[in-house]
Amino acid sequence: MNRINKKLNENKKLLSIYFTAGYPNLDDTVSIIQNLEKSGVDMIEIGLPFSDPLADGPTIQASSTQALINGMTTEALFKQLKDIRKTVNIPLIIMGYFNPILQYGVEAFCKKCSETGIDGLIIPDLPVNVYNEQYKPIFEKYDLINVFLITPQTSIERIHFIDSISNGFIYMVSSASVTGSSSGFGEEQINYFKRIANMNLKNPQIIGFGISDHNSFTQATTYAKGAIIGSAFIKHLSNNGVKDTADFPNAILNQLT
Amino acid sequence: MTYNINEKGYYGEFGGAYIPEMLYPNVEELRQNYLKVMKEPSFQKEFNLLLKDYVGRPSPLYFAKRLSEKYNTKIYLKREDLNHTGAHKINNTIGQILMAQRLGKKRIIAETGAGQHGVATATVCALMGLECIVYMGEIDIARQAPNVARMKMLGATVISAKSGSKTLKDATNEAIRDWINNPVDTHYIIGSVVGPHPYPDMVARFQSVVSKEIQWQLKEHEDKTKPDYVVACVGGGSNAAGAFYHFLEDTEVKLIAVEAAGHGVDSGESAATSVLGKEGIIHGSKTLLMQTNDGQITEPYSISAGLDYPGVGPMHAHLYKSGRAEFMSITDDQAMTAGLELCKLEGIIPAIESSHALAIFEQKKFKPEDVVVLSLSGRGDKDLNTYINYYKL
Repeated sequence: MNRINKKLNENKKLLSIYFTAGYPNLDDTVSIIQNLEKSGVDMIEIGLPFSDPLADGPTIQASSTQALINGMTTEALFKQLKDIRKTVNIPLIIMGYFNPILQYGVEAFCKKCSETGIDGLIIPDLPVNVYNEQYKPIFEKYDLINVFLITPQTSIERIHFIDSISNGFIYMVSSASVTGSSSGFGEEQINYFKRIANMNLKNPQIIGFGISDHNSFTQATTYAKGAIIGSAFIKHLSNNGVKDTADFPNAILNQLT
Repeated sequence: MTYNINEKGYYGEFGGAYIPEMLYPNVEELRQNYLKVMKEPSFQKEFNLLLKDYVGRPSPLYFAKRLSEKYNTKIYLKREDLNHTGAHKINNTIGQILMAQRLGKKRIIAETGAGQHGVATATVCALMGLECIVYMGEIDIARQAPNVARMKMLGATVISAKSGSKTLKDATNEAIRDWINNPVDTHYIIGSVVGPHPYPDMVARFQSVVSKEIQWQLKEHEDKTKPDYVVACVGGGSNAAGAFYHFLEDTEVKLIAVEAAGHGVDSGESAATSVLGKEGIIHGSKTLLMQTNDGQITEPYSISAGLDYPGVGPMHAHLYKSGRAEFMSITDDQAMTAGLELCKLEGIIPAIESSHALAIFEQKKFKPEDVVVLSLSGRGDKDLNTYINYYKL
C-alpha cells in the first residue's frame, strides 16, 4: 500500500507541509524533510521550483526564484533525495508545474520518483482530462498517487469526476486565490468546507491555501482530514533558517509551544 | 491536414488548456460561450459597427509602388498602422470587450509588454465604462513611459509586475494570478493568440477581419482574391494569425512568418522561438517556447518590445512544424534598416515589429509577378525613442 493511503487510514488529523526544494540554500532539502518528520509532520510536499509558477503568490514565487538561482534542477533534486528513504518514513509528494516534468519526460520522471521513494505528485497545471486520457497508466505503473485540486468554484459534477479518478486525497483549495493570500476562514469558506464534507466523497480531503497557524489549522481540520501549509512555512524558513525548522510545526500542532 | 483548431482546442499537437483547477471555471465559461456569442447577429452587428466607425476599418490595402520597384515584385501593405490606437491590437480588444459584456463581467484585466495591447484594452474599457487593470513588467514600465501615461489618461490602473524577469511573461503571470483571485466578475483580455484554449482561437477570429479584407481589397487591385504570399511578423502571433486566417487552408497562398532574431539567432539574445524553442507549456498552452533543458522558461530579447515573447501561439507552432508557413528570422539591425527604408520610399514610419517583416525583401527574392501582401501591423510613433537612439537622430 502506498504510504499516502496508509497515512490517510490513520485515525488522526494530518499536518502536511510544503517547502520549495533548494530554498533557502541549495542543500537544505534533506535536513528540512528530516526535521519536519521529527517534529510530527505527517506528510511533506517538496516543491520543484519553476520560473513561472502561475498558481503561487509572492512568497512561494520568491522562494522558487531563489531556489533556481541557487542551482536547483530536477536532476539535482533527485540526487539530493537519493537516500531519503534510509531516514524518512512519512509520505513524500513532489509538487511541481508540468513543463519541467514534461522536459524530463513524464515516464522518466515517474520512474525516478518511484526509485526515490516519492509517493505522489501534485501538478497544478496538468489538467484532469489530460492526465486521465494520456498519463494515468504511467502514474499507476509506478504506484504514484496524482493529487487533484478542487476550489469553491468547482462544480458538483466535476468534483464527483475528480473523486472518481483520484486514489489518495483531494486537495481542497480553501478560497479563490493563489497561495499565501490570506489567513483564517470566513463564513463563506466554512460553508464550502461543510458542503464538501457532506458530499461523502470516496477520497478524504486535505485543505490548503490560507492556513498559516494553529487556529486556521484547527479550523480546517474540523471539516477535513488534514491541512497543508506552504507560504507560512516558507516565511518561517526565510526568517529563521533551517536549524529551527521544528519550531514551526510545533507551533501549529500545539499552540502553547 | 487542417491548419485550423480542432474540437479539442488543438492545432495539430499544439494548444489545449494546461491550467490550474482554479482557472478552470473561468476558462470553461469562455470556452462554452465564445463561439455562440460571436455568432449572435447583435454581436456581429455591434462588432462590425465599432470596427468601422471607431477603429476606422477597413484599413487600406496600399500598393507600395516605390518599394515594389526596388525589390522588383508587387508589394501591398495592409495598413493596420492606420487603426485607432495605431496597431492591429484593437481588433481583438473590441471583440473581447463585447464578449466580456455579454458574459456579464464588470472588471477587465490585461497584460502588456510594450504597452500597445494595454493601451488598446484601456481604450475599449473607457469606451464601455468598465474598470481596467493592466499588468506590466516593472522593467517595461520604465522603458515605455508614454504608453503608461496613455493608459492612465484612459482611466486604467497600471500594476507593476515585479516577479521573475519583470517583463511581458511575468505581467502575463500576474494577470493570470489576478484572474485566479477574481474568478467571478473579471474577464481577462489576452492580447495575442496565446494562452489556454479558447483564447488562441478567439483572438485569431477577432483578428481575422484583416485577411477577410485583404481578400476583397485585392480583388479591386489585382482582379484576384488571393495573393501569392502573405507576410507578417510574429511575437505571440496575433497579427500573423489575422493576416493568415482566411488563407490557412489554401496552400496556393504561401505564408511567411517573421520572427525577431535580436542580435542573431545564435547570439543568446534572440526571440526566434521557432528556431530556439522546444515543445512545452507556457501560459496554459502547449506550444514552442524558449526554455532551459530543465524546462525553466527563459527571457527572450529583441529591439522590438512587441516581439520578445518566449513562446509563440499554438497555431504558429503548428504552421511551423507542419511546414505550412515559412519562418524567417530578422535581426535588430536588419529590421531598423528596413524601417528607415520604408520611411524614405513610402513616407510611412512603421512600428519596429512591422519593420522585421519588411526586412525579408533583402533576404528573399520574389518574382516580378508575385503579389506579396505584408501586414504593416503598427505605426512607429511608439518607437520614436528607439529610432532616435539607434540612428542618433
